[in-house]
Amino acid sequence: MNSSSILSITTFVYALAGFCYIFAWVFKKTAANKVATWVAIVGLAGNTAGIIMRWMESYQMGYGHAPFSNLYESLVFFAWTIVVLYLFIQFKYGNRVVGAFVTPLAFLALAYASLSPNISDRIQPLIPALKSNWLIAHVIACFIGYSAFAIAFGVSCMYLVKQRKTGRQSSLLNYLPEAGVLDELTHQLIMIGFLFLSAGIITGAVWANSAWGRYWGWDPKETWSLITWFVYASLLHARMVRGWRGKRIAVLSVIGFAAVLFTYFGVNLLPGLHSYGAL
Amino acid sequence: MPRQETSVGFFSKIWDFFASVRLTIVLLLTLAATSIIGTLIPQNEDPAAYFKAFGQFFYRLFNILGLYDMYHSWWFQTLLILLTTNIIICSLDRLSANRRILFIRHPSFRLSRFRSIKNKAEFTVDEDPEQLQATCSNFVSRRFGHHMLEKTGNGFAVFGEKGRWTRFGVYAVHLSVVILLIGGLVGSIFGFDGFVNIAEGESARVIHLRNTHKTVTLDFAIRCDDFNVSFYETGAPKEYRSSLTILEKGREVIKKDIIVNDPLRYRGISLYQSSYGKIAPDGAILGFTSRKTGMIYRRKAVIGQTVVLPEKLGTFVLKEFRHAADFKGHNIGEAFVGALTRDKDPAMQIVLPLRFPSFDKMRRGEVFIAVIDPLARYYTGLQVNKDPGVGIVYAGFILMIVGCYVTFFMSHQQICIEVDKGDKATRVTVAGTANKNKLGMQVRIAKIAQRLGSQARQA
Ligand code: HEM
Repeated sequence: MNSSSILSITTFVYALAGFCYIFAWVFKKTAANKVATWVAIVGLAGNTAGIIMRWMESYQMGYGHAPFSNLYESLVFFAWTIVVLYLFIQFKYGNRVVGAFVTPLAFLALAYASLSPNISDRIQPLIPALKSNWLIAHVIACFIGYSAFAIAFGVSCMYLVKQRKTGRQSSLLNYLPEAGVLDELTHQLIMIGFLFLSAGIITGAVWANSAWGRYWGWDPKETWSLITWFVYASLLHARMVRGWRGKRIAVLSVIGFAAVLFTYFGVNLLPGLHSYGAL
Repeated sequence: MPRQETSVGFFSKIWDFFASVRLTIVLLLTLAATSIIGTLIPQNEDPAAYFKAFGQFFYRLFNILGLYDMYHSWWFQTLLILLTTNIIICSLDRLSANRRILFIRHPSFRLSRFRSIKNKAEFTVDEDPEQLQATCSNFVSRRFGHHMLEKTGNGFAVFGEKGRWTRFGVYAVHLSVVILLIGGLVGSIFGFDGFVNIAEGESARVIHLRNTHKTVTLDFAIRCDDFNVSFYETGAPKEYRSSLTILEKGREVIKKDIIVNDPLRYRGISLYQSSYGKIAPDGAILGFTSRKTGMIYRRKAVIGQTVVLPEKLGTFVLKEFRHAADFKGHNIGEAFVGALTRDKDPAMQIVLPLRFPSFDKMRRGEVFIAVIDPLARYYTGLQVNKDPGVGIVYAGFILMIVGCYVTFFMSHQQICIEVDKGDKATRVTVAGTANKNKLGMQVRIAKIAQRLGSQARQA
């Protein structure tokens, strides 16, 4: 059994967890919620084991590097941080409905990593530019930030769903947390995300400075991370100073997460892209 | 004087314009939206390529808008300057508006304010207020920086506060943005960004600047002693390593091997491993096979130097290396060209193509010459930078992270414990405020009341 097969199984465990959370929400079965939590914990254990095994396998192959070096590994880590952060919030705030919106994101990340034909799960040796501890710090910081934004996105979606139908008090929506709680949670998550995105951009800049002698070069990936940062900075100001709440914040949070996704995946679609290939 | 009034009015209008957070949101979102353009149009490419891609009209239009080097265009820089002005003026405005909250040594407390807070925690004990005074006082002084005791009609109140300084977190974040921009500016004014290719064994001091045709001459020379590239079995590159020596007036000062991610820094100038390439070899290991005896003699031949062959086979001189040698009208690729001289015969030209090792056999001479190892030479491509702004930028980075942490996760808190003698028992009320995370503060107040209750009962 190698790390790839463990991670493939984990994908289905996350799918099951998401299913249980949604089932619990739709049919108001608190017992299913407990099951969902346990399934999510099992999934997290598998995800953790997968990461650690992959790390060890890379040493066995003689390459020996932390498993944060390519798209596959980053997606696996993304799923991991989403679930860790979500479970933390669940235990802190005690609301499980958020799980119905968040665990599917972890499932999608892992499913994309395992199933997409464009993503290789082979362990590759590190090219010279990637041999840096700053890179590890960079990836970890970015993905904690991304996962906080991902959960904020899930919560904002819940908020928008809830807001739209307040007139017709549907029982499903009643089961969602109070709009005020969702709004507060979004704000907390975006602060965490903003702190870690800032740290991610900064560690990336320090890494770029040690590899290429420039901390900022306006390449598309850097620029998109800055665009994301601008969007969330304007969200924080709108909320803090202009008193925006609720719907407008939720919309900005959705736009911000779209920018995150573009930074992560979309940049590869842009013309004339830099690659690490040069060195 | 109406004139002065209008000028003051004008000034304060401008001030208000730049102090507004609405402007901030507009600027941040505009920066976000316009930044996208530069990721759609590849930057700093050859004008001809743009012309081909966009056609004459759009080529001209984009050129006027500076979209080929967008992030340095006048309008983008203007946006950045507006944002900087916005941050500075807004922060000054807020600092002065909030100076009574921010800059005080000894905070004062108003009991009525705490009494009007809705969320309070209360409990009753049997002891008299006097018996509780020390406990409450100690409790607050241990947890809060400032504390104060006030006598009331039939009891007392203890106030405490901490974290007033955390209100400066926001200003630290804003200052950090300004510091980053200053650092960038210092770098672009006083620094340079260039490259140099140095062949193994040679040295250089002239650096070519990027995106211009200018050069910079360094005060010292860089010598490349050796360059090595290694590969994994997969063919992917593993390491690029240049052994460099810095020479001051011909004297060796520093020797260091640089690899990607580990540059050499000397006198404010940094040398980064950035590329490499092959250059024409200046010699080769050759094999001379004698037809008579079948013996193979290995000799190192350096271009221009004569090799005397054994068995009276003659002398051989390596003349040059050609990237595309020609043989009877055919391109036979990379080859050495040399001359073989035997006895009194005129020198004979010998072509030694690298791709065909037994090429010289066709000549059917007394000696057959083959290249065993072309002594390949590399040049190393170094990125050579001077950026005196990096220290400033890094200081800005640290300030930004610390500032964000303080702003988001720490708060200015005040509490008040009021102890009042009632008819039957003594009533203890705990109330508190925080400038952020008010939900968290409620939880904290409840916890404080619980702790205090158990301490009071023990006392
Ligand atoms: C890229 C630039 C900027 C960044 C990164 C930034 C960052 C921040 C952060 C992190 C906060 C705290 C928000 C919160 O507590 O949720 C904040 C608050 C604030 N920012 Fe900015 N900011 C920027 C530009 C500006 C500008 C240009 C202005 C000028 C109007 C401004 C005005 C404010 C104000 C008034 C507050 C609230 C301060 C308070 O709590 O009293 N910011 N900013």
